Amino acid sequence: MPVEIGHDEVQQLIAAGAYLLDVREREGYDAERLPGAVSLPIKTLDRETTDHLDRNRPVITYCWEWT
Amino acid sequence: MSDRAASRLESLGFTRVYRYSPGKDGWLTMALPTEGPDAATPRAGDVADRDAPTCALHDRLGDVRDRLRAAGETSCIVVNDQQVVLGRVRLEALDGDAEQTVEAVMEAGPTTVRPSEPLDALIERMQKRRAASIVVSTADGVLVGVLHRADGERRLSEQKGSVLDSAAISPAANPTRAGTPGRSR
Repeated sequence: MPVEIGHDEVQQLIAAGAYLLDVREREGYDAERLPGAVSLPIKTLDRETTDHLDRNRPVITYCWEWT
Repeated sequence: MSDRAASRLESLGFTRVYRYSPGKDGWLTMALPTEGPDAATPRAGDVADRDAPTCALHDRLGDVRDRLRAAGETSCIVVNDQQVVLGRVRLEALDGDAEQTVEAVMEAGPTTVRPSEPLDALIERMQKRRAASIVVSTADGVLVGVLHRADGERRLSEQKGSVLDSAAISPAANPTRAGTPGRSR
């Protein structure tokens, strides 16, 4: 199960090398995003688009607001 | 959406998946930095007075009145133990029986806005409605502060002056945006 985290953990995990994935539509990402985030819209998430990512590295997802 | 994305990543073989459920809105609520062209947009949370006075439902009117007058404040936000906004009470409403409770005179369910709300559109709405201030809270109702319209107007005026100054120095390098772009969610 994915683990829910807060602001502090986000920053700690990024410092430790985690991927930070912005899963909103690309337009929202382009306008404004969390520092260091990579755009990977939820509709595009598949084996091909994530092939270059290390499966054992921590990965954090976020979107616009509470979900 | 981030929960579905996180689950999808697990199904794709990722072993350490985390979900930042407050999202970008929660990030902005904490006044943390962002990147991108909209990052410079002033927002309600940037200008809100985060030390706005608060009181509890069962506080005595007389006590709250004395506190507000001593602090030179004109209103108090009524919150519960979790700092969730329950109401608002203005100084003039506290002139009644000092033994009454705040609950008896408060305005229940005041209008609130999110800290991430772009300031220019918000101030325009406040001007139209002649609202001098508005409560700023998180998505789950926790008080962030009170935005005074005068502070917002001052901030926008300063920003406008700054943009004009920059344009005068290097017009090509500082294209003026025609208003704040709409937010993409």
